[in-house]
Amino acid sequence: MVNLIIDGKEIQASEGMTLLDACGLAGVDIPTLCWMKDLNDIASCRVCLVDCDGELVASCNTQVREGMVVKTATPCVVAARRANVQTLMEGHRYECGACLRQETCALRALASDFNVEESEWYLPEKAVWDESFPLIRDASKCIKCMRCVAECAKVQYCSVWEHSGAGPNMNVMVKEGLPINAAGCALCGQCITHCPTGALTARDDTAKVMDALLDPAVMTVVQVAPAVRAAWGEGVGVAREDATPGRMASALRALGFDKVFDTDFAADLTIMEEGSEFVEFMSSDKPRPMFTSCCPGWVRFAKLHYPQFVGRLSSAKSPHQMEGAVVKNTLAAEAKEAGKRIFVVSVMPCVAKKYECSVPQLATEQGSDVDAVLTVREFDRMLKMFRIDCNALEETDWDSPLGLSTGAATIFGRTGGVMEAALRSAVFLITGSNPDFSACDTAESTPEKPWITKELDVAGTPVRIAVASGLGNTAKLLDAIEAGEVDLDFVEIMACPGGCVGGGGQPIEFNKELAKERAANLNALDEADTLRYSHENPDILKLYEGWLEKPLSHTSHEWLHTDQETWDI
Amino acid sequence: MSLLSIGSYAKDAERVKAFLDPFMRRVESMPPGTCPIAVQQSLLQTCAAQTCGKCTPCREGIPKILADLEAVLSFQASEDTVSDIRKRAQLLCDTADCAIGYHAGELVLQGLDTFKGEFESHVQRGICADGIEQTVPCVTLCPAHVNVPAYIALAQEGDCAGAIKMIRKDNPFPTACALVCEHPCEERCRRTLVDAPLNIRGIKTYAVDTIAADQVPVPERAESTGKRIAIIGGGPSGMTCAYFCALMGHDVTVFEGRKQLGGMMRYGIPAYRFPRERLDEDIRAILSVGGIEVQMEHNIDDTEMKHIAGEYDAVYVAVGAQGGKSLNIDGVDLPGVMSAVELLEKAGDGEVPDFTGKNVVVIGGGNVAMDCARTSVRAGANEVVVAYRRRLEDMTALEEEVHAALAEGVEMVVLQAPVRIEPNEEGSVGALICQPQRIGAVKGGRPAPVDANKPEVSIDADIVLIAVGQDIKSAPFEEFGMKAERTRFVADDYLRADGFDNVFVGGDCQWGPKTVIMAIAAGKTAARNIDEYLGFSHELDCGADVPPARPNDRTAYGRVAVPERPIQRRKNDFGHVELPMTKEEAVQECGRCLRCDAFGIGALTGRGLEQW
Repeated sequence: MVNLIIDGKEIQASEGMTLLDACGLAGVDIPTLCWMKDLNDIASCRVCLVDCDGELVASCNTQVREGMVVKTATPCVVAARRANVQTLMEGHRYECGACLRQETCALRALASDFNVEESEWYLPEKAVWDESFPLIRDASKCIKCMRCVAECAKVQYCSVWEHSGAGPNMNVMVKEGLPINAAGCALCGQCITHCPTGALTARDDTAKVMDALLDPAVMTVVQVAPAVRAAWGEGVGVAREDATPGRMASALRALGFDKVFDTDFAADLTIMEEGSEFVEFMSSDKPRPMFTSCCPGWVRFAKLHYPQFVGRLSSAKSPHQMEGAVVKNTLAAEAKEAGKRIFVVSVMPCVAKKYECSVPQLATEQGSDVDAVLTVREFDRMLKMFRIDCNALEETDWDSPLGLSTGAATIFGRTGGVMEAALRSAVFLITGSNPDFSACDTAESTPEKPWITKELDVAGTPVRIAVASGLGNTAKLLDAIEAGEVDLDFVEIMACPGGCVGGGGQPIEFNKELAKERAANLNALDEADTLRYSHENPDILKLYEGWLEKPLSHTSHEWLHTDQETWDI
Repeated sequence: MSLLSIGSYAKDAERVKAFLDPFMRRVESMPPGTCPIAVQQSLLQTCAAQTCGKCTPCREGIPKILADLEAVLSFQASEDTVSDIRKRAQLLCDTADCAIGYHAGELVLQGLDTFKGEFESHVQRGICADGIEQTVPCVTLCPAHVNVPAYIALAQEGDCAGAIKMIRKDNPFPTACALVCEHPCEERCRRTLVDAPLNIRGIKTYAVDTIAADQVPVPERAESTGKRIAIIGGGPSGMTCAYFCALMGHDVTVFEGRKQLGGMMRYGIPAYRFPRERLDEDIRAILSVGGIEVQMEHNIDDTEMKHIAGEYDAVYVAVGAQGGKSLNIDGVDLPGVMSAVELLEKAGDGEVPDFTGKNVVVIGGGNVAMDCARTSVRAGANEVVVAYRRRLEDMTALEEEVHAALAEGVEMVVLQAPVRIEPNEEGSVGALICQPQRIGAVKGGRPAPVDANKPEVSIDADIVLIAVGQDIKSAPFEEFGMKAERTRFVADDYLRADGFDNVFVGGDCQWGPKTVIMAIAAGKTAARNIDEYLGFSHELDCGADVPPARPNDRTAYGRVAVPERPIQRRKNDFGHVELPMTKEEAVQECGRCLRCDAFGIGALTGRGLEQW
């Protein structure tokens, strides 16, 4: 142990601990900007300065030493921090009123805390970017904190971002100066949720959705992904326990959508299709393992970085694409009768789904499955635009018949959930009886472990599964599979650490990883559900009776399956 | 008449002068990886400060070139910007009234050509240039990329064994480099900004003087791979490759032509600079890894080389440049004429000739010439003269070597080009006849000597030592099939010999006579690439951790020098010239380290120095 004094308080810190963490022990809050725990301690922003034995040092990467005397809030320290925040603002195009991140911008919060003055310098000019790409970068707002560089390289193994140049011309840029669509970006959006400013954002599609809502010739259909119910309240001031799915359905109705469906329904449908596919796969001699396919970030990652695995993905579309296909095909007659065309909006915790919905190879004879994807942040912005008091909303049910779902579908939103739901039904499909929930449990999957594995005995056949979330973990697992170090039958991959609850389209809270908290929310909903097996969803059974006949039928293939190898990227 | 005042200009100049020294130190310590165009810009900014503003091309032109350069640097420029720079620089060059202007123009024009690629990448691709990135200067400039800040910090903490382990991560010759490295690591040391570059070599010497390298255990050898590697040449490059290959678990056989290991460290560097027992410390440590079989006095001919290349999984050829170049002048065959290599080679095995009472003339101006001169002093010579074609400051020998030779009584006869060696009455060497030279215009970056209009000079000599360069004995390997250009073997960037899969080549025999640390770097590179070639990717644990950084000590200090024995005593024996640094001196010197691996760009890029 190391003894030091922080603001007059004697503190015992462990060897190797940073001053920042030691200050935390002392109960002192130090402002930070570029620092990300274990990922980015480059001490570039100079905001976490403290006085250490009379010298100003960055607390994020200075290690404690015996006898240090640290002062964290002297006028000198505060003035230095303030001057650096002021200087950062001078290099940042702070047109905050028109910035998507105005409420969650860490720089703006610091500027406000430090009472920063208006700058006399010209603000940087907005740089050119392909505004049609789902990921938008505004270099004029970049403060070169390198958080995106660290997140993309160290967590997501894509290394889309790099720093280049030196001195005043040191910039963060797409690697090797490539156009963003050629840089191997999986569109996970983790750089966005880890950007402290509005330099990285998801393309805003709210205007497109507003146009649809305003158009009397359009029947607007909205659907909401499983993980959205665990997070949507964060951006509109609704406490986690009050932000129920029922209240969310009411909120969507308040925005004026004609039909409000739940992607959870299609998650159950995915299980029927993918589960059946897996049962077929197990009796085939296809190369193992089979991979889940509901995460378009994963699909992009595989196509861009591990193309040799793309052929092993389940052919099932992702749930919201399935939901869109079912909506467009089953409601086509109703819409036609009303003289309207259908416009499907997906509210998703995801940036990659903005890409996925535009992949031409996914369309059916009714056109593209989904017409616009909104992130949870965009959804929350719309709720604010409409000035909806979400806390005062009554809970309502989803529209029928594409609204009823099971707890198995709800856990799709967290890492391991798809696998768990699939196992619950796959075991039933093979043995004819429901397995115990505990037998299928995947709750131990967290992004801190590269992956988890499990072996089930299904009617005498061992089924070996693995679950990984985060693309760095995914890369490790794929490498291990290639090297023959692990033998698996079925693998779930989610591009974002923790799964969709940690998605790149989720609300942003600076330096907080909320995936675990949100996952607990989904688990609670699953446990409280009366229906917890996808194959027991009565509306799914009705859909097969009325339209699809059976899983993997011809119509199922037409509507619900795809070949990811053919996707435009 | 107005009154004259005294010294007003001078006073201003005095005040500015106080900033010129730090200015120069800024320039001296320009970090490796600085954008060349940014360097151009700051150079031109200095030119702008120097212009008086009288003439059009300077006054109006330089600011516009600066603005253009700024546009290039901020990726706002087009091809037209670059042509504008060229146009204006040409005007400056052609029409400025004084050197401040035309020289500035010349520099810009030169920069446009030298950095053509960088201008293109800025303008066309919107990026600085591939590979342009600031790094930790000492680590980058060390050819073997030894983690300098880490071992300095370990030495400062008193963990000299840890420092040696950290050095060995990249270089198994800590003692050799402590004693004789030319320390390119010190060239751009950031500490130069504050006071002076760290005495990095001195700190390393302190570490190996505190605990001998063979007393610090080497890491454990990796599991045996069953692969066999032949290494031709037991010098710094070959033994480095042997060390790392053995650590990786491969079985190594070293074929060495001479009686002992060490190559030019033993047979080129005199013992007073590198005592043999100190060299043996490094070699013992290397051999202690295990798995290294050494075959001494085993020269390889083309037939055996063919056999080795077939029998072993990989071969590293590191035969060095061991032959002495001669001069094409009359009298080189006379008794009493020796090549430098011949003298130093004998000295390597302890057979120092007796020059008592003799006059020795050394031809050359490099480090080897100084080694010969100083060896001759110790061999009892009556008078030792170094004859050199150029001036003292043009000598390629390290400045400290020249000074040491001078201090030990060596006479430097400069601007004398050898013409012939004349015999004495007995038919052996009598005198070296030289044509006096005059220093002329700069050619290829160095002032070239031309014949002066003066009569020939005769320098009395009983012994003439020719130290004008070394040769590579490439013949057997060329016969075996390896390609060489003027005896230097041809290899790719990964040291794979041209036309072979399993034959690697590096060190002096590939790039011509260079330094110990460059040979070590080649050996390390070869080891890694052989490992990869054999289908492995061993990562080695050096057994020491990088200590956390202390805050920078900003007080300016003097640089601590390595003390030396008194000249009058040391010049009579082959004992080590240098004396140990004290602990106080070493700790103060370590304390000046700015830990560039932890501060500045190092916080962004310095991590990961633990791995190759």
